[in-house]
Amino acid sequence: MNQLADMLLKGLQETVYMTFASAGIGLAIGLPLGAVLTITSKGHGLESPRVNRVLGAVVNMGRSFPSLILIILLLPLSRLVVGTTLGPTAALVPLSVEMAPFIGRITENAFKEVDKGKIEAALAMGTGPWAMVCKVLVPEAMPSLVRGTTLILISTLGLTAIAGCIGAGGLGSLAIRYGYQRFRTDIMFATVSLLIVLVSAIQLTGNQVAKRIGRRRHVYE
Amino acid sequence: MSLAIAEEVTPRRARAVPTADPVAPAAQGPAMIQVRDLRKTYTTPAEQVHALAGVDLNIRKGDIFGIVGFSGSGKSTLLRCINLLERPDSGTVTLAGQEATTLDRRRLGELRRKVGMIFQHFHLFDSRTVADNIAYPLEIAKAGRRQIAARVEQLATLVGIHDKLKAYPGQLSGGQKQRVAIARALANDPVVLLSDEATSALDPETTWSILQLLKDINQQMGLTIAFVTHELDVVRVLCNRVAVLEAGRIAEQGEVGQVFHNPRSVAGKRLVEITRGFREGSLFTDGGGI
Repeated sequence: MNQLADMLLKGLQETVYMTFASAGIGLAIGLPLGAVLTITSKGHGLESPRVNRVLGAVVNMGRSFPSLILIILLLPLSRLVVGTTLGPTAALVPLSVEMAPFIGRITENAFKEVDKGKIEAALAMGTGPWAMVCKVLVPEAMPSLVRGTTLILISTLGLTAIAGCIGAGGLGSLAIRYGYQRFRTDIMFATVSLLIVLVSAIQLTGNQVAKRIGRRRHVYE
Repeated sequence: MSLAIAEEVTPRRARAVPTADPVAPAAQGPAMIQVRDLRKTYTTPAEQVHALAGVDLNIRKGDIFGIVGFSGSGKSTLLRCINLLERPDSGTVTLAGQEATTLDRRRLGELRRKVGMIFQHFHLFDSRTVADNIAYPLEIAKAGRRQIAARVEQLATLVGIHDKLKAYPGQLSGGQKQRVAIARALANDPVVLLSDEATSALDPETTWSILQLLKDINQQMGLTIAFVTHELDVVRVLCNRVAVLEAGRIAEQGEVGQVFHNPRSVAGKRLVEITRGFREGSLFTDGGGI
């Protein structure tokens, strides 16, 4: 029993670590990606159909791969960066690369929700591309960005389970190795319960934060 | 090379008739906004819309220049072409002696800092307090923190929202929002203020107070204002000169009193007639009431 608890606790730690770290790295790539996708589109100050189309195509390509295939394809990159293809840290490389294009789109959507009139007002005041992103798009889209990040974290969590199939560790790996392959229904039940708790916690926190930002600004949706 | 055409000749036939409210004295300064043969066509799958079909305009320093017309006459497009929010297909726009239509992105940004703009729906930043909204153009122009604080105070007092500096736009009424927007537009000491239907979403009383504010600013600072609206009464109260736009062309332009009392164009006549009709409580067209 104690052993089982230890195993679950370790799995939980690994899952949380993989989720937040790879979502974090993914955001570091995806946010700028979404910003460039937005700012090079029409009417945002740095219109460039060519850059926009090329970047859009790359994002679509990245999102077309079945997750498992992309993770396998990126294993050599993990070996190069981390030195191994096993364990949660090795999984960060494929997970964040997998998430980045998705995060780019989420960010782009959040930015595109900012009222066109505000963008125009900013342009009319002589706002350059850098200030447009940092001083207008990010702050104005903050509630959407927070909700988007909630979505991203939960998607990443789901992805860690797939990475768990090929040696990443975490709760997903436990569910597959014990719950599925060794018919340990109790472990399956425990891991799934933990995942439900985790997802709910992320969702609730995200909703709360987004709501609080809206309330401070006296903007109610 | 566009040659600046001297002061257009406006017929003096019509005597200026005193209106209910004195209009700002006709400024005689040098040209502040010069528009030459501006053209803009929108292509939709269904048709080609000639939003601007060759517009020439001369707005002098210190003018409050009304641009009126019915919906779809191209008045907003014209205004948005002045600071190049909209790129004209051809023609030139010269602002304070600088040809805007040829500038690269960076230079255009610098020029735009000298052109304030206000809108029908205010377009304040919800993420910023009133003070931070007013500070925004100063931040963009890389002003120092102390300088910004002092300027924000000064502007807030000017537009009369000093008690709301810490509030968010979400807590303000329409009139208060427009005051903040005006303060924001004035932050960088612009040479020109563009107004796109700035009073069209406000109730009559608030409209009146905003017009008084704009007039004060015009008189105190000598600020040139281009004011797009479909409300003729607003033009009568605020502007000294006016242009009537119809189907992408200037149907007529001149002193406000003159255009109002002796409109020569079809669009001008209809506008004046309809406005009068509303004031008198009935409206007759072709003998039939509507």
